[in-house]
Amino acid sequence: MRFGVVVFPGTWSDCDFHYVIGEVLQQPVKYVWHRDRNLAEFDCIVLPGGFSYGDYLRAGAIAGRSPVVEALPEFVARGGVVLGSCNGFQILCEAGLLPGALMRNECLQYRCQSTHLLVENTDTAFTRGIRPGQVLRMPISHGEGKYHAEPHVLATLKKQNQIVLRYCTEDGGVTRAANPNGSVENIAGIVNDEGTVFGLMPHPERAAETAMGGTDGLMIFHSLLGSLVEDGSVLKR
Amino acid sequence: MFKIESHNHPSFIEPFQGAATGVGGILRDIFTMGARPIAILDSLRFGDPDDQKTKHLVNGVVAGISWYGNCFGCPTIGGEIAFDPSYARNPLVNVMCLGLVRRDRVVRARAEGVGNPVFYVGNKTGRDGIHGASMASATFDEGAEERRPTVQVGDPFTEKLLLEACLEAMETGAVVGIQDMGAAGLACCTSEMPARSGTGMDVELSRVPQRETEMTPYEILLSESQERMLLVAERGREEEVRRVFAKWELAAVEIGRVTAEPELCVRMHGEVVARVPVDALAAAPVYTKPTEPPAELAELARFDPLSLPPPADYAVALSALLGSPTIASKEWAYRQYDQQVGLNTLVLPGSDAAVLRIKGTPRAVAVATDGNGRQVALDPRAGGALALCEAARNVTCAGARPLGATDCLNFGSPERPEILWQFAEAVEGIAEACRALDIPVVGGNVSFYNETSGQAILPTPVVGVAGLLEDAELRTTQWFKADGQRIALLGPETVSLGGSEYLWTLHRRRAGRLAPLDLELERRVQTACRAAIEAGLVASAHDCAEGGIGVALAEAAVTGPQPIGAEVSLPPSVRPDLSLFGEGPSRIVVTVSTGRERQFEALMAESAIPWTWIGTVGGARLSVQVGGQPIVSLSVARLHDAWRNGFERSLV
Repeated sequence: MRFGVVVFPGTWSDCDFHYVIGEVLQQPVKYVWHRDRNLAEFDCIVLPGGFSYGDYLRAGAIAGRSPVVEALPEFVARGGVVLGSCNGFQILCEAGLLPGALMRNECLQYRCQSTHLLVENTDTAFTRGIRPGQVLRMPISHGEGKYHAEPHVLATLKKQNQIVLRYCTEDGGVTRAANPNGSVENIAGIVNDEGTVFGLMPHPERAAETAMGGTDGLMIFHSLLGSLVEDGSVLKR
Repeated sequence: MFKIESHNHPSFIEPFQGAATGVGGILRDIFTMGARPIAILDSLRFGDPDDQKTKHLVNGVVAGISWYGNCFGCPTIGGEIAFDPSYARNPLVNVMCLGLVRRDRVVRARAEGVGNPVFYVGNKTGRDGIHGASMASATFDEGAEERRPTVQVGDPFTEKLLLEACLEAMETGAVVGIQDMGAAGLACCTSEMPARSGTGMDVELSRVPQRETEMTPYEILLSESQERMLLVAERGREEEVRRVFAKWELAAVEIGRVTAEPELCVRMHGEVVARVPVDALAAAPVYTKPTEPPAELAELARFDPLSLPPPADYAVALSALLGSPTIASKEWAYRQYDQQVGLNTLVLPGSDAAVLRIKGTPRAVAVATDGNGRQVALDPRAGGALALCEAARNVTCAGARPLGATDCLNFGSPERPEILWQFAEAVEGIAEACRALDIPVVGGNVSFYNETSGQAILPTPVVGVAGLLEDAELRTTQWFKADGQRIALLGPETVSLGGSEYLWTLHRRRAGRLAPLDLELERRVQTACRAAIEAGLVASAHDCAEGGIGVALAEAAVTGPQPIGAEVSLPPSVRPDLSLFGEGPSRIVVTVSTGRERQFEALMAESAIPWTWIGTVGGARLSVQVGGQPIVSLSVARLHDAWRNGFERSLV
């Protein structure tokens, strides 16, 4: 699978994704500059964490209107998949590729900590290799990760099974205490209707090696690699 | 590459921006040399936690560090937060940054090659921070807050772009030298860079990118607007530099050139507005001023802490110490900091030292900061040496060999003989310890005039030490690992309650004598500890510092992922409070890997240091006997609660 890791001015998880994909997983990976529109050589585009354009205006607002993000709908229509983590999730919401919005954490402070995540939907290219109801451990690192969506949007997300990850306790309880940022219904990650665009606040690239404290994040990458079919496109749901 | 710097005065006036720009400044110092910053540590000191002003300052400083470091994308992985009323109107914000660079790629702040172009790169110049450096070198009075306009305003996003652009420009090979426009801004860079190279500079101020109108030459020269650099490029390769900065959407404007005459020539619209020999600006005068020990010192030394009654309940005393904001968990602060970006952090904040791997090698670096103003106040020479020893001991406890140190010397007004005496003594102490432990000081910062309304802070040298682990797999943390593992105490028995955390927290006294420091023994204890770690015999290692062995044991019990108790028996002494809470140098609590006890004993015998078995890990209680008498027995759940929540209970 050919990965492209997007670099906006202010992105900082780009090197970490590049390292995990290239060094840990030994997959072909290249950086993609935010002004590029030609994504023909990639199967998966990663929008990494950071503060793109300083997160001025709103987190992800300016990047959501950048040339590379404008090229994503066509890339997805052509069979590609998009993974947005942290700032990448914020950008996908700002660009309208995923519904809802990410707001200031309820505690009004930045949070960098380990979280547990309940996997609710395993019928996506990103979670195909994971057991339904499995609990993963991955860190978060954000100031604006409180997921918000209007009631009718939430209803649609549920009806179409688009909620992929919820913050939970170690044994899978979706409780208020396990919610690190006040996200509605503990939502930590969602997909689009086709299951080809995935946004999540946690950092799978920071949970890809035992030395970094865990390898649960690798399950997302392994699911992706297992979803690649022979003609080079990625399995849809 | 590493350095520590202070941003104390600005952080009192405006804590959020003061601390944020402190982080920004030290980051630039590291990446102007071609290194990519991989870690930030913050050593913070505030006034009494009950003071409303302290709460405001703690919140503002931590939020400012969080904002700047997180947005820039460098992990904050360590430091300290301590409290004493002397810092109430003069908090200390010392920031250390560690960067990684190949030895042959270090770039220096030089202006070589007559005729080479001088570029101004980065943010535009405004009127912020004018006289920032002189503000930072004045004592405060009650109107300090009115100086807010002299505090710089940071933009971590621009700093991130500047980092990437500078490193990329250096990659081209077209960069001759580069310097951060820090204190005294353009005036400082345009004189220091040529002064280092025996050259001069001719600059045209009207070309400097400005964000305010009608700035005078004086304002442009002295502005301390953030995220700016002065860069000397190779003549003929200007385009390569311009292209890189254009890619990162930053200004790169040629404002002058390097000249042969060692003179700074400043022009405004072609007209010469200043012409000064660079040495006159860059060379520092040497002052010789009177020094004298503070009058009360002898009186303080005469105080005998054992004249105070022992605690009525040792469990209450231990919980109180463990939950005091200086000792309690700082998770409230560090969960606001990104600790992992860059994928190097092997040991997160919360152990003696943080450990970062060096990708592509089996190696890792361990880094820690330390300083104890109370000890320095009672004995500046010993206190300075102790700060260096303790920072090195922390790094040793992680399994790393200390390679170098950086120090940030925070003192009151040097115009007062007793302050200058404290300073001179502390510097001598640090130097003696450096020689004994074979650790060079590679740089640092002096911050004088830390006083408000004539009240000076405790003399506070803060020392950062970086060390190397040849094998990252041998990294060691401070907490107990498994039931049944035996606990050893390395180092001398002698401790003192003089200047201790116990004396302060429970009796509000800062007096007495410190336990003697034997530098040769310190070196041998650290060497022995590292040897045991390198031989794979050690499960945990923890420095005995504030709160003595009582607190060290409790920390080892509760700071790990799974709290775990221990049975400990200490030798008899004059009084149990002295045994439990007395502080002394060169002491490390070690637990030994199961089945490796005989090898450990042999290694300790060979190293000829004082040491003894003191107990065994296990159970749900921490129980300590002194001379066979049970002194304290507490559930680890209660200790954990005191430690985990003490900081927030005091401050939030």
